[in-house]
Amino acid sequence: MSADIPYKYKGSILNPLKNLGFFARKPVTEPLQPRDASANYRGFHVNDWEQCIGCSTCQKVCDNAAITMVRIPGLPEDPVMGVRNERPAIDYGRCCWCGLCVDICPTSSLSLSREYVHICREDELDSYFILPDPNGMHGEYFPKGWAKTEDADLVDLDLQPMHELDPVTRIDSFDEIVEGFTAQNAIVEASRCVQCGMCHDSCPANMHAPEYIRHIWEGNVEEAVRQIYRTNPFAHVCGRVCTRRCEAACSVGRRGDPVAIRWLKRYAMDAVSDERIREIAAEGKVDYISGKMVAVIGAGPAGLTAAYDLVMKGHEVTVFEALDKPGGMTRYGIPEYRMPYDRLDADVEVITSVGVNIRYHTRIGKDITMADLERDHDAVVIAIGLQQGRSTRIPGSDHPQVQSAVSLLRKVTLNEAFEIPRNAVVIGGGNVAMDIARSLARRQKAAYGKVHLTVAALEDFDHFLADADEIRESREEGIELLDSRGPKQCMIDAEGQLTGLVTLGVESIFDDDGRFAPRYDAMDEQLHGADMVIEAIGQMTDVSLFGDDLTERLEWNRGRLQADENGRTSESWLWSAGDMVNGPDVIHAVADGHRVAASIEEYLA
Amino acid sequence: MRPENYQAINQPPSNEFELNFGPNHPGIEGNYAFRVRLNGDVVTAAKADAGYLHRGFEKLMEGRLWIQNIALVPRICVPDPVPMEVCYSLAIEELCGLEVPERAQWIRVMQLEMSRLAAHLFAFGGHAATTGMYTPSFWGVADRDLILDRFEELTGGRVYSIYNIPGGVRREVPEGFLGRMSNLLDYLESRLPDYDNLFFTNQVFIRRARDVGTMTQEQALKWGVTGPPLRATGLEFDVRRDDPYLVYDQIDFDIPTEPGGDALSRNLVRRSELQQSIRILRQVIVRLPALKGPVRCPIPNPLAWNVPAGESYARVESSKGELGYYVVSTGGDKPYRVHVRGPSSMHAVQVLEKLAIGARLEDVAQIMFSLDACPPEVDR
Repeated sequence: MSADIPYKYKGSILNPLKNLGFFARKPVTEPLQPRDASANYRGFHVNDWEQCIGCSTCQKVCDNAAITMVRIPGLPEDPVMGVRNERPAIDYGRCCWCGLCVDICPTSSLSLSREYVHICREDELDSYFILPDPNGMHGEYFPKGWAKTEDADLVDLDLQPMHELDPVTRIDSFDEIVEGFTAQNAIVEASRCVQCGMCHDSCPANMHAPEYIRHIWEGNVEEAVRQIYRTNPFAHVCGRVCTRRCEAACSVGRRGDPVAIRWLKRYAMDAVSDERIREIAAEGKVDYISGKMVAVIGAGPAGLTAAYDLVMKGHEVTVFEALDKPGGMTRYGIPEYRMPYDRLDADVEVITSVGVNIRYHTRIGKDITMADLERDHDAVVIAIGLQQGRSTRIPGSDHPQVQSAVSLLRKVTLNEAFEIPRNAVVIGGGNVAMDIARSLARRQKAAYGKVHLTVAALEDFDHFLADADEIRESREEGIELLDSRGPKQCMIDAEGQLTGLVTLGVESIFDDDGRFAPRYDAMDEQLHGADMVIEAIGQMTDVSLFGDDLTERLEWNRGRLQADENGRTSESWLWSAGDMVNGPDVIHAVADGHRVAASIEEYLA
Repeated sequence: MRPENYQAINQPPSNEFELNFGPNHPGIEGNYAFRVRLNGDVVTAAKADAGYLHRGFEKLMEGRLWIQNIALVPRICVPDPVPMEVCYSLAIEELCGLEVPERAQWIRVMQLEMSRLAAHLFAFGGHAATTGMYTPSFWGVADRDLILDRFEELTGGRVYSIYNIPGGVRREVPEGFLGRMSNLLDYLESRLPDYDNLFFTNQVFIRRARDVGTMTQEQALKWGVTGPPLRATGLEFDVRRDDPYLVYDQIDFDIPTEPGGDALSRNLVRRSELQQSIRILRQVIVRLPALKGPVRCPIPNPLAWNVPAGESYARVESSKGELGYYVVSTGGDKPYRVHVRGPSSMHAVQVLEKLAIGARLEDVAQIMFSLDACPPEVDR
């Protein structure tokens, strides 16, 4: 096609007359006044400081390195909640107003305003370096322009799917329920991480999660394992049953699903052979022997972590374990469908392979006394955990068919024979209550072909202590969960047989001062028929191993062993670590192990 | 000018002299420069010099994440930035196998044509200025500003829209935008006769531009000329039709050509393309509301995004000619290499150097503007 413009015609002398028409047109006048920017305008930044958590993701995406994170004293800082007191400052000599910082902001606190005029005098040349707050560049309100929308969100908010055994299959066995990520899922899941490091700050052991997630994303699982072993020799365990403070602090979790850091750790550990893991874990072990002897009481996460650290420093460490297998509560407290024993064994084998010596069947206070340990060792760590179940002390709770959850879980693990109840009630609403209920459900299914279990918790469902996954899975497995029920009495018939548990409706759990003082509604009474009642309301330490003499010498604080921030007790040779100090949590126990080992290392040096 | 171009050359004969044309010359675009040897006022030799324009775009891209480059590429061509973003995105989408939603493809076409309109308005105004006519350049820039208003509304930025990312576009079209766009098109269409009267059928311009900087079709093909300068030699070639991208195969438009191969023909092709772009935009305005759905397909977290290893070449028809992005990925989170095939690098260097020979000095600027070269695109 050729252009249809009459340029080939000769011009006419009358042509200019066409332009007379312009006299009739309205002149174009642009008024001299401030011009409103469009609703989408990319002007100067505004940042909602209430929402901003200082994660520095904006800084990472900025293509001009225009963003610097500035620490602002006085703003809230809480590593556990994933909040830092840092806020982005923008160098407008570099900013190109692309708005990528807005689109990737995990909290959506950052946006661009419709403010776009900034003039600075010669004597204030640094005034283009500003710290945006909700008031905008010049402290005057301007409406938001470019702000986060669903179309533009660059944060991947959705968790990768995790396959689990279906309820019908899993109730028949103690097989592990969660199947773990495939390589593809793991890489995609790892790619969701924005590398803010909130997880690292919130982790009691300060695990290098951003680093190992990055290595998983790069496909370098061995390097990921190396990063994991910098801080955690219980990696298989924490890859499965960690309480994952990291995910609670994850900045991606502010608006979506947090990155599945726990499952990623598990993926990395499962993807590398046990032999290779042992090699990686042994890297960095000193090539000399210090000649110092350390005893650790209890082969649980805290004790073995401390032992691992000390052996890596060249000390000779013996771990004394009363039972015949290592792992402590991770073995005898956590059911196999959550924590398979072979993975736990793999973790412990790594620790023994670097030179930690474990003596099983050795109960301190019976086979060896504390005085023997003190005499033969330069330092002693006590990490015996919380092995005794607490009792409700309600009428009838001394009946033999009223059992504690921890002792029953131990029996399940040890495969000790006990009469499997046809109908049982569990008192408690935490993860231990779920563990024993679900373990018994599997035993009931095997013995009688059906599940008949009730869990009665003090808390209502909005404040339930157990994980949401545990609640969902328990229900799927046919366990009845009751909320806001307080135990009143165990019913015993004339022949001395346990017939059930009476509970009352809960009105409140805490008094006005926040102390635990449940109040019940006496009118709301229910009887739950049962041939076994299980108490899962907490655990405590059995301190009988100390003996009278040492117990007298040690300092105590409300029944707990007094220790400084490094776990050192009032006796200079004795440290305490783990659940007995912090309450039940694997990752806290691991962190404690490191802390104690560092303190001992300092003492022995 | 680069130092290597300063050095004295053999003393020319007394009837010849050398002249540095630019960089501070109103007849030169940007900070481009041109060294011409004159015999009287006839050019006997010419050397193009992109000067200190080199900003190292291609090298910079290798150090930035895939997503970060979307803020960099539009800077390669200031008057016509959208094809840069779209072309870069197309190349990555090919490597990743991303399927851009149809709605986003239509939105991209809309931006591309808006950008073409703005660039052509700029170009004819510029050309007019080189022939001493300044009113068209005021008109062209003023009307281009109205298009920039629509860009601001759609993308949040007037010049660098940074609106396209791999996978689609970054935002939904604002409510009422298409209506305002339609009004703008009505206005621009009503302006075309004014432009004709003032410029395109103006004998002052026609007589100045006719037979200036003429090239034949064979020469154009040999020199790698594309876009309006190629179509001005009579060849009906347009990437939009001959290698359709986005949804151009669903759109009805003509490819204007002119037989002359001179500065006049090149401007007349651009004048006709204004009409065609308006025609395309009207089809987009009709079609877009019927298309529902997202404007972007999901992409991975940009901070951890590995583009699969491989290489791809994407090309689009920019207002200057065929714009191509050759992208090589080694599977990393940054490009291994990006090469930009800017049409201006052919037009402003080898073509201009050849066309200038034999031309009169006062026509050199005209030849350059008729080729509509964009200096930053020359030296990436």
